[in-house]
Amino acid sequence: MTNTIDDLETAGAILVIGSNTTEAHPIIGLRIKKAVMRNDCRLIVAEPKHIRLCYYADRWLQHKPGTDVALLNGLMNVIIEEDLYDHEFVAERTEGFEELAELVKEYTPEKVSGITGVAADDIREAARTFAAADNAAICYAMGITQHTTGTDNVVSVANLSMLTGNVGRPGTGVNPLRGQNNVQGACDVGALPNVYTGYQSVTDPDIRKKFEEAWGVALPGKPGLTATEMMDAAAKGDIKAMYIVGENPMLSDPNLKHAGEALEKLDFLVVQDIFLTETAELADVILPSASFAEKEGTFTNTDRRVQRVRKAVESPGEAKPDAWIVSEISKRMGYEMPSLEPAEVMDEIAQVTPQYGGISHARLDEGVTIHWPCPDSESPGTPILHTKYFTRGKGWFCPVPYVEPAERPDEEYPLVLTTGRVLWQYHTGTMTRKSEGINELDPHGKVWISPADAERYGVENGVTAVVSTRRGDIEIEAMVTPRIQEGVIFVPFHYAESPANVLTNNVVDPVSKVPEYKVSAAKVKPA
Amino acid sequence: MDQIKVEIDGSEFTAPAGSTILEIARANGVYIPTLCYDPRLTPYGACRLCLVEVEGARALLPSCYARAEDGMKIQTTNEKLERIRKTLVELLVSDHPMECMGCEKSGRCELQELAQRYDITESGYAGEKHEYIEFSENPFVTRDYNKCIMCGRCIRICREVQGVGVYDFVNRGFEAVPGTPFERPMQETPCEFCGQCISTCPTGAIKARPYEGDGRVAARDILRNACAYFHMSEEEMTKALGLEEWKVRTTCAYCGCGCQLDLHVIDNRIVEVTSPLMEGAGQGNLCVKGRFGYDFVGSRERLTRPLIRKGKKFVETDWDTALDLVAKKLGGTKKKSGADSIAVLASARITNEENYLIQKFARAGIGTNNVDHCARL
Ligand code: SF4
Ligand code: SF4
Repeated sequence: MTNTIDDLETAGAILVIGSNTTEAHPIIGLRIKKAVMRNDCRLIVAEPKHIRLCYYADRWLQHKPGTDVALLNGLMNVIIEEDLYDHEFVAERTEGFEELAELVKEYTPEKVSGITGVAADDIREAARTFAAADNAAICYAMGITQHTTGTDNVVSVANLSMLTGNVGRPGTGVNPLRGQNNVQGACDVGALPNVYTGYQSVTDPDIRKKFEEAWGVALPGKPGLTATEMMDAAAKGDIKAMYIVGENPMLSDPNLKHAGEALEKLDFLVVQDIFLTETAELADVILPSASFAEKEGTFTNTDRRVQRVRKAVESPGEAKPDAWIVSEISKRMGYEMPSLEPAEVMDEIAQVTPQYGGISHARLDEGVTIHWPCPDSESPGTPILHTKYFTRGKGWFCPVPYVEPAERPDEEYPLVLTTGRVLWQYHTGTMTRKSEGINELDPHGKVWISPADAERYGVENGVTAVVSTRRGDIEIEAMVTPRIQEGVIFVPFHYAESPANVLTNNVVDPVSKVPEYKVSAAKVKPA
Repeated sequence: MDQIKVEIDGSEFTAPAGSTILEIARANGVYIPTLCYDPRLTPYGACRLCLVEVEGARALLPSCYARAEDGMKIQTTNEKLERIRKTLVELLVSDHPMECMGCEKSGRCELQELAQRYDITESGYAGEKHEYIEFSENPFVTRDYNKCIMCGRCIRICREVQGVGVYDFVNRGFEAVPGTPFERPMQETPCEFCGQCISTCPTGAIKARPYEGDGRVAARDILRNACAYFHMSEEEMTKALGLEEWKVRTTCAYCGCGCQLDLHVIDNRIVEVTSPLMEGAGQGNLCVKGRFGYDFVGSRERLTRPLIRKGKKFVETDWDTALDLVAKKLGGTKKKSGADSIAVLASARITNEENYLIQKFARAGIGTNNVDHCARL
């Protein structure tokens, strides 16, 4: 997030696009509701299904999955046509406005209405509401990124935010809501194939030299494979061994059949986890690790706030912290990492990572709130980014045309399948599905289907249906509901017994390599 | 923001304009009793305990409601105010089963604290008492309206903060009590089981079902009874007994909001999860996963020993054997097919420190940049 969770409350308007916030990020959902209920914030929700936030919205734009770029271009078309954009901001802090204006000219509300299914007047009104607010924020989640056009979607969101000058003040900004507790932190500290900590490129010789000195060995300069590419490479036999820590690709990867074949093909698979996950079942060695409640450390949340994790209980049996395990393996492979306490590891991170330069356990334990970047121990951190300039100086408008999703409905697979989360469960359910009470309230997954489609395909509410795509099929209870539009079905991906990702498409966005979870062509029939 | 100056009990304080008297008092450590107040809610002014005297004002003012004005002179305590407060507490106690021994809220109960402060053991206003049955029809929230003091905090937090509105006052007059529509079980209402109502209830009327049955509950009961017997809060009691580790502050391990949690631990098990008021993203609010989703930590299904595949089965082994095997296999693969034939998946679930070490291991230990995690998935 460019801004903080706290300052969302001060926004005059919020556009939520591709995020079922109250279920996937409940507490941010509360802040948005508070902004609406107490501070007269005007909320625009752009989302294919009727989510709870729609009850709080001024306007709900029910666009078809995968048409986000068209919708955003349509909003910008109105804002430019009606001269509602922030001239001063555009002139002083951005480049490329002419090109953007040129492109979005085509995207008249009428044309966009044809693509997205949203009424032209709703597009006009939403654009006016957003542009009229003194401070307007945009929140999005995987509904924006999990498309083959995910990067385009993100760029379009940024365009809209800059066009209206909503950058660098409380209650504004571009706010991706990160889905997992420490996905932000994992990226920050270099668990990515192309960068070291703090997004420092592995291909930059100076940076590589810095890390070679810090770590005392020569380092490879070729960027590595992303998670989805690893699976493809394993399937081809190029990756021969894998070490998987605390992840469950056998439920979370797109096209599980493909993922399963890839992992089966490995010569050697080590899985380190707290439970015997679907992935661990394929392993050659399973290493039992400590849960978050059994160790010291930090997580970085979605608004870049670094927060402490503290040990509350002892691990069961011989389970060990991941840090210990990886250090032991490394040592046995001939690279001995100094054995350090978590606080000392953070000091090492601070040394090599400009954004974390001033972060230490000691400071956090004193109760200081720190949002990175925090370059030194005097710095209070940076709750709001881009207050004076962007990372590259001026903001660059990058016009993006609308491109259709990779797979479109056809005669055989007439429906659009989209996937996501529900309130009760978390990710692949490794943790929440072990909770008795939660499973009493939410025992299994359900496919959402509109009354019209249910009728057409002979599917009944509360009865098991079969959902199929070109990748495979699953059995799952049907929930017939007007909350989803005709032609679209929704399957949550938490449930091992009806794994949505058997169905999803493993095509990826060419830049971000994020798979297109949100759009697959599908069909349903009674079981 | 404009600043104002006010005088409270003879001391001068500065505060942002628009603050209530209570907010200024609390921010500066001046005690004013309250029961219907919660900083997460809009002021309600029902319990009247927070009345204060303002120089020149015609009547006593509820400090939770009344905005402070520049130059105001405020008294938070004097004989008259204390007499009113004592009477109000006595009235509440008169319709409350003051059996603090055995009450789950003992040591954290706001009514208990006030009764102790005003030295009220039994009310002089003995009258008719309510008798309700306890509702425990769902896995998480138990309601015992015999202990309800009608502060409306549950109704308000569900409506104002959660935006759901499960509860309202049902019945009228003496019989009025918060409840669900038509006494429906909570799982048949739109309840999201966030537990915000539990977190705000000042008494033992709404409470969390414990994570653990058996002996740990007994241990907790002993602590609560001790709080009741010695007139101490849970905070004071655990400190006195050197049980500070009873409550551990940490960060939620589910979504990216990063709510702050207090894990309550007895005998190496998490028995309850709460969130510190007005801290972190949640400000004391949580969702169902954060508040009730932590039984997995103590699950019997946790992996406890390294396992090695033997044919179709896994057999237990010791750490040395497992680690040696992993190092040998990874080392062998590297030698035979090169470092780039190995891939490492770190995790969005583990700590920064651990992710750092894992990517360092991949790059410096194995010699490949094939390291990623499921950020995209
Ligand atoms: S648990 Fe949450 S949603 Fe349910 S009644 Fe309490 S406050 Fe309302
Ligand atoms: S309590 Fe709920 S909203 Fe808060 S971090 Fe945990 S999962 Fe997210």
